[in-house]
Amino acid sequence: MIWLLVAVFLAICITIALLRVLLGPTVPDRIVGLDTVNTIVVVSMVILGAAFEEVLLIDVGIVYALLSFVTTLFIAKYIEKGAF
Amino acid sequence: MALDITTYAFVAMGCFFNFMATIGLHRFPDFYTRLHAGTKCSTFGSIFLVLAVMIHSLRAWVIGGITSPQSVLCMHAFIALIALLMTNPTGAHAIARAGHRSGIKPALAVIDDLEGEP
Repeated sequence: MIWLLVAVFLAICITIALLRVLLGPTVPDRIVGLDTVNTIVVVSMVILGAAFEEVLLIDVGIVYALLSFVTTLFIAKYIEKGAF
Repeated sequence: MALDITTYAFVAMGCFFNFMATIGLHRFPDFYTRLHAGTKCSTFGSIFLVLAVMIHSLRAWVIGGITSPQSVLCMHAFIALIALLMTNPTGAHAIARAGHRSGIKPALAVIDDLEGEP
């Protein structure tokens, strides 16, 4: 159905957001791009799970959302204090 | 038929807002406005894409009964939506606070009212 087309479109969105991660002038700019990429990857996992009717991919998306949240918090703490 | 139209509308809205989030990352001038575009738009678009998946699998659940595999898919998509809604604004708030405390000014800003506050 249309789910694979949506997944390809989200991959294009991820590529555009990755350009901000590569170009970003300051460190928080890169982290904002990374946060957007993380969100779109989780949605892509849900869409792919609907496309292939595979529940395992959605479980991977849930775990990825929680782990990327922890990663974002640690990077924010690092750029706030300069050390952990 | 109505459910089909609802699914397509939700998919279109989700794709539009996710695309606007990635465009806003490049169009806005400084860190705070990029955070505004990249986080809020992608969260809002993600809600609609996951809701489209839930409606699509809920229909197969109702047709196929409680033992159909789509029931598990619908519930896990809902759990993924809950995880996304809880983690995304919290992470954005942490990034914004860290950016402000590391001394980044908004573009064209003259006065910073929060300067020196913990």
